[in-house]
Amino acid sequence: MTCLRPDLAAIAAHVAPGSRVLDIGCGDGALMAELEATSGCDARGMELDGALVERCVARGLSVVQGDANLDLANYPDKAFDYTILSQTLQTATRPDLMLDELLRVGRRAFVSFPNFAHWRTRAALMFGGRMPVTRALPVSWYETQNIHHVTVEDFRELARMKGAAVERAWFFSGEKRIGAPAANWRAEFAVFELSR
Amino acid sequence: MPIDTDGGLPQFARPMNAAPPVSPVYRIPHPLPLDSGQVLENCEIAYETYGTLAPDASNAVLVCHALTGDQFLASPHPITGKPGWWERMVGPGKPIDTDRHFVVCANVIGSCMGSSGPASIAADGAPYAMRFPVITIRDMVRGLVSLLDGLGIAKLHAVVGGSMGGMQALSLAANWPDRAARVLVIASTARHSAQNIAFHEVGRQAIMADPAWAEGDYYAADAKPDNGLAVARMAAHITYLSEAGLTEKFGRRLQNREAKGFGFDAEFQVESYLRYQGTGFTRRFDANSYLYITRAMDYYDIAEEHGGKLANAFRGTEARFCIVSFDTDWLYPTAESRHVVHALNAAGAKVSFVELSAPHGHDSFLLEHDQLDRVVKGFVE
Repeated sequence: MTCLRPDLAAIAAHVAPGSRVLDIGCGDGALMAELEATSGCDARGMELDGALVERCVARGLSVVQGDANLDLANYPDKAFDYTILSQTLQTATRPDLMLDELLRVGRRAFVSFPNFAHWRTRAALMFGGRMPVTRALPVSWYETQNIHHVTVEDFRELARMKGAAVERAWFFSGEKRIGAPAANWRAEFAVFELSR
Repeated sequence: MPIDTDGGLPQFARPMNAAPPVSPVYRIPHPLPLDSGQVLENCEIAYETYGTLAPDASNAVLVCHALTGDQFLASPHPITGKPGWWERMVGPGKPIDTDRHFVVCANVIGSCMGSSGPASIAADGAPYAMRFPVITIRDMVRGLVSLLDGLGIAKLHAVVGGSMGGMQALSLAANWPDRAARVLVIASTARHSAQNIAFHEVGRQAIMADPAWAEGDYYAADAKPDNGLAVARMAAHITYLSEAGLTEKFGRRLQNREAKGFGFDAEFQVESYLRYQGTGFTRRFDANSYLYITRAMDYYDIAEEHGGKLANAFRGTEARFCIVSFDTDWLYPTAESRHVVHALNAAGAKVSFVELSAPHGHDSFLLEHDQLDRVVKGFVE
């Protein structure tokens, strides 16, 4: 297995073999390549950055340059077994509408995001009094693409409002998997598997 | 099916300044049915191949040429002596690697480099001229499919095309879905827009307004409608470039003079360039072919052929698609490519799409572009 980011590794390990998968914001295609190579999945990707799309196509992956805020609308209902949105929800124009689209296009959705309620973030804000710059959120407020910061509890609430069931969830501090209790304090990253 | 490669010099009515093309010619062994309802008897396809066909014929790549292109993809043009039109992309070790793939490029029907077109001799011994049936992009592809049959190629490893070549690639995928495993469409579209048709009409009217056109019956005459054809080419050439590209290349610079001459010579460099493009073109292209091929492009609308819904054209396809556009291409802008991509998504096809950045407008697909090379190589491999 190649060296995937922990959230991607968790997703890769829990996608059923042979599934049809849409990876939204697929970057250089690391997860797609893994899913195709080890799980026999039919993986498709969407990525905004043309240079990354080119790298995906050059490695033989099916990736469309597009904006998830707009282009998901062109996919039919339940076209995929899974939609995957890793580290991208917090950059969406409307994360709530994007969640709807994920669950419309896919039977299930994996969503991973940095948890803004991690204790480091809280501490940076509480004691520094400035927008946190942490290892999980390394970019300053004025140039970050993260326009909708979200916490583990916010996400659970959004899923509940949207009528989405949390099938499974995984939490990480750095590379290390941590348990669900107190995840809203302790998790730097969260991965949710949703269905509706 | 044995194929006729001894054809030698194709019958070619038009007096050319240089030797006629010398490509092998495949004579389609049956009448070719056309979208118009007519049939084309004794249809001939001139083609070039590069590389070696594998014993199981699994390594064939068909490259489709653009409006004024021809089969001289990666070998010198017999009339102009210039290198093949995509030599930077096709050859040993190139992105479309002829060490691995058997690359076929054929002159489309309606054209004038050895395939049946208005300049060909009809059954009565005279050139068809305007008696040649009006053809469509799908008719061109029908001819290409017949050639593939003749070459013993049941399924292409890939079909590749830019501009009108991309239209043929899409048409092949839509109408003969089992004939290609990969479909690469560059700077193209699934339909001709009103603007595209408008520019073509300017070109056609320029040809038809030339007295030497003589209702298309000029093959035996001393004069050909070169002036009209040159103007058509000049107008079209502008659409292949971009404003930024023209500004960078020519600006307002004058040609071989220090000051404005207050006359109507080609004083600006851009005028001189266009005139050179226009006259150069008339040496290698037949005016009637220009009428027929532009008409075929204007009729092109894949959705229309499939009940008005583009996704229907690709329903159930097993092929992988790659669609590429250029950000400065205003002839077949990115929106047209996205339209194709959305239809392919809706049809559940495996599709990649990338918009590449290049300053040279529509012509970018023929020019140096490292990113395009990597995309083509990665996709076709």
